[in-house]
Amino acid sequence: MSQVRVLVGTRKGAFVLTADGKREQWDVSGPHFAGWEIYHVKGSAVDPNRVYASQSSGWFGQLIQRSNDGGKTWEAVGNKFTYDGVPGTHQWYDGTPHPWEFKRVWHLEPSLGDPDTVYAGIEDAALFRSTDGGQTWQELSGLRGHGSGPHWQPGAGGMCLHTIILDPSDPGRIFIAISAAGAFRTDDGGATWRPINRGLHSQHIPDPNAEVGHCVHHVAMHPSRPGVLFMQKHWDVMRSDDAGDSWKEVSGNLPTDFGFVIDVHAHEPETVYVVPIKSDSEHYVPDGKLRVFRSRTGGNEWEALTKGLPQANCYVNVLRDAMAVDSLDKCGVYFGTSGGQVYVSADAGDSWAAIVRDLPPVLSVEVQTLA
Amino acid sequence: MIRVILPHHLRTLANIGGEVELDVAGEPTLRSVLDALEARYPMLRGTIRDQVTQQRRPFLRFFACEEDLSHESADAPLPAAVTSGAEPLIVIGAIAGG
Repeated sequence: MSQVRVLVGTRKGAFVLTADGKREQWDVSGPHFAGWEIYHVKGSAVDPNRVYASQSSGWFGQLIQRSNDGGKTWEAVGNKFTYDGVPGTHQWYDGTPHPWEFKRVWHLEPSLGDPDTVYAGIEDAALFRSTDGGQTWQELSGLRGHGSGPHWQPGAGGMCLHTIILDPSDPGRIFIAISAAGAFRTDDGGATWRPINRGLHSQHIPDPNAEVGHCVHHVAMHPSRPGVLFMQKHWDVMRSDDAGDSWKEVSGNLPTDFGFVIDVHAHEPETVYVVPIKSDSEHYVPDGKLRVFRSRTGGNEWEALTKGLPQANCYVNVLRDAMAVDSLDKCGVYFGTSGGQVYVSADAGDSWAAIVRDLPPVLSVEVQTLA
Repeated sequence: MIRVILPHHLRTLANIGGEVELDVAGEPTLRSVLDALEARYPMLRGTIRDQVTQQRRPFLRFFACEEDLSHESADAPLPAAVTSGAEPLIVIGAIAGG
């Protein structure tokens, strides 16, 4: 019988939630790495027992943990992230030059073909790759060096490379996103990069249509249609039908188009999920109601999904890496909140239930569908 | 024999129950003790000092014999009571944050 394994990163440790295909009875293990910030935990698609975790602390810095048994036991692997060459400068919040400094790993993206190859998105923004199971890391410095790097500025949460999407149909194509620089694409395995932000409009920056400088919060893709991308920008939900070459807004009837997460149904490439957040100065859901919004039309027309979610006095946030889908039928949708709840819908969003309610604030949620 | 006391989270990380006892060749210094510590427990690399610059992480300090050694040269000899094993070298985390 099918199983699902939900990998949850929180402010104070990692948790592994498992259930059978019904997704009703859950086993909770953790906290792993108790007391440490776990920005992201993700498993390999080719070897589900190989799982990587980003473990960090203001006192002790960054560690990378690796599991070979699905998150039961862990070993610390390499944590040396050294920028390639002379790092140079990006822009600080006030527009002055500021040296690139490694702070933490936001996102780990295992290769689609090799469990020992994994990508790391870091703050200050850069993309690293390991081909030895995380023991050593090398920067793909063509990204920072492509030309616009000295003009990148941090978002409020730091200048983080938070999104890494590998194209299953083209091993050379990778999409990444940086707050607050924008989205970028390589078509040659990471050697050369270009910004893919045409059509983004950000009113709060000097040139609202600039090539770089947009605060992209997250990007999602359905693996069967790798040229179609969905983006939750700081404000605006966007869609691209040409692998990021151009974007159009699909916020439609959302109550607010600010938010962090965005994801796509496992079997319906035009079904998209977001969790609208009130505003950039009020990071919680509007009207005290926790609502996931689903579009079955690839954007513009959105319906509120509320069954099983609190509809009064709720003021949580859902961060950019804290939503995931499984590949069962019906598709399971998962998300975690700043209030420590992890919710599951086993019916593509029609109804929801809390798996856990009282974890530390949730930073990331990933799910593995196991045979 | 040098005795080293680590903060709780680093003891957990390295699966250390209590004090660490290290044999350090030559005249022990902060650098040579940390080198020996990291050689025995590679998972501690980068957690006490930066792997590239070798600078002490800002929220950690080194104490021994009721003295703060944090701003001493990494190559300065450690106090005799530490090198004899009478007193431990203590790595301590700032009491701050949540």
